[in-house]
Amino acid sequence: MALLEIRNLNKSYGGIKATDDLSLTVEPGELHAIIGPNGAGKTTLISQLSGLARPDTGSILYKGRDISSGAAHRRAHLGIARSFQITSLIMEMTVADNVALALQAREGHSFRFIRPARKVRHLRDRALELLAQVGLEDKADRPTHALSHGEHRHMEIAIALAAEAELMLLDEPMAGLGTEESGQMVELLRGIKGRHAILLIEHDMDAVFALADRISVLVYGHIIATGSPDEIRGNEAVQHAYLGEE
Amino acid sequence: MTMLRGRGWITAIIMILLAVLPPIFVATGNAFWLDLATRLVILAIAAVSLNLILGYGGLVSFGHAALLGIGAYAVGIPAHHWLYGGGPEWLQTTSGWLQFPLAILAAALFALVTGAICLRTRGVYFIMITMAFAQMMYYLIVSIEEYGGDDGLVIDQRSELPFVDFSDPLQQYFFCFVSLVIVLLLVRMIVNSRFGMVLQGAKGNEERMRTLGYNVYAYRLTAYVISGAMCGFAGALLGNFTTFISPEMMDWQRSGELMFMVILGGASTTVGPVLGAVVFIVLEHLLSSLPEPLGVYWHLPFGLLLIIVVLFVRGGLTTLLTRRGDR
Repeated sequence: MALLEIRNLNKSYGGIKATDDLSLTVEPGELHAIIGPNGAGKTTLISQLSGLARPDTGSILYKGRDISSGAAHRRAHLGIARSFQITSLIMEMTVADNVALALQAREGHSFRFIRPARKVRHLRDRALELLAQVGLEDKADRPTHALSHGEHRHMEIAIALAAEAELMLLDEPMAGLGTEESGQMVELLRGIKGRHAILLIEHDMDAVFALADRISVLVYGHIIATGSPDEIRGNEAVQHAYLGEE
Repeated sequence: MTMLRGRGWITAIIMILLAVLPPIFVATGNAFWLDLATRLVILAIAAVSLNLILGYGGLVSFGHAALLGIGAYAVGIPAHHWLYGGGPEWLQTTSGWLQFPLAILAAALFALVTGAICLRTRGVYFIMITMAFAQMMYYLIVSIEEYGGDDGLVIDQRSELPFVDFSDPLQQYFFCFVSLVIVLLLVRMIVNSRFGMVLQGAKGNEERMRTLGYNVYAYRLTAYVISGAMCGFAGALLGNFTTFISPEMMDWQRSGELMFMVILGGASTTVGPVLGAVVFIVLEHLLSSLPEPLGVYWHLPFGLLLIIVVLFVRGGLTTLLTRRGDR
């Protein structure tokens, strides 16, 4: 059974079909990339998957269960984590606090009023461990707003890892990164790949073709082709619609 | 960490002054200044409670004075029935053991019911709806003839507790002062707890917190109720202090004053609102007692000062006093 199965999803904003009869699957441990020109409806799709937007029709099955109408915070508890295209961190808090909040979210409720959060050993230790994985351990106690854009993207990955999600929705993790930083991010994702299923939305073709097990091409909200990187490279419709333009 | 230490000495100075000055006022026969200090400490408790949701939760409530009023009427109404009869028998009392818990529970309940609705809205709508609920409370009290309507209600007998005599000004002051210390410690504990981190996280980035799996609404509502309960307690102190309560207490202007105290002192620190209350109350007194014609128009320089602080000292006076090069 597929970990995630999207069936005939539709979503319109006004007269514009942002998602048009879209179907795809993500297998356990698979890295499935979605590419497509600007305005193809990639972010709309991720929003529906994470529960911040509701599809008009169609269904989203996670481990065989329909989750298309559940609230965002419930979906997180099922094991779906999302990173944002636009960096969406809590800028006023420290780097470690951001990660610790993601860890804390996994421990049931947080109606715990007495012990200082930063003195909760296992949260702090695990946060530092995750930050070490993305190369930010020495920045743990800096305020988040003091870090660079590239470092923010790495934080996003640490937070997605903190959720120990079976399915990670990564929305353009390379956005705004320089060549060297992109390289680091590809290495980082390569290290994570296989342990978590990843639905990766990305503009950076080099990264997508280097990392993906399967690629789906999204044009005007509809998937025109799905296949291995080699199949997609050789697909005429794709070249016509998308790759040829570059 | 330097920032924290910086705030530490401000807290220490303010609290030492608040502990040491009032006995000196009494010894030197300055009863007026003791009165001022008592009012200041009570309003500081209200401002600290407001800051839990405003400063740490990012929820700009414009209706906190209603909670202050509810707390005060929870002292006034039982005292009224105790003296004049009427009402259920359990309510006819001047016992602080009933009045203070009643003030806290009534305010918490009001916060729970109104918060459950207000917190479904955001931004300006939240400000307006919190204010609307407070004004509803105001008009409700105005319409109840038995409790004086808009003429207000005189509290003939203050709360009775075994360990404090509210009719002794200095004892009353220290009861309020110790209450302030406890409320400060409670708020600090809550803010640093896991609950507090969620509250602050939701202020910084609500969408992120929801995708992490937090039911932001439930956490905010809880904070709203805790804040309300503390403010209700401050209201009970205020009722005992003024011995006269009127719907005026709940007016939106009052809510605005509490907000000013928070913003003036600094909303992102636990002690900020105390500093804000000190500056607000002392300055209000000094400016309004200036010679004619300045004293009559004291609101003008006062307003200007507030505007300057809001515009140029982001983070309030606490930040100004502890500013370091690294900020």
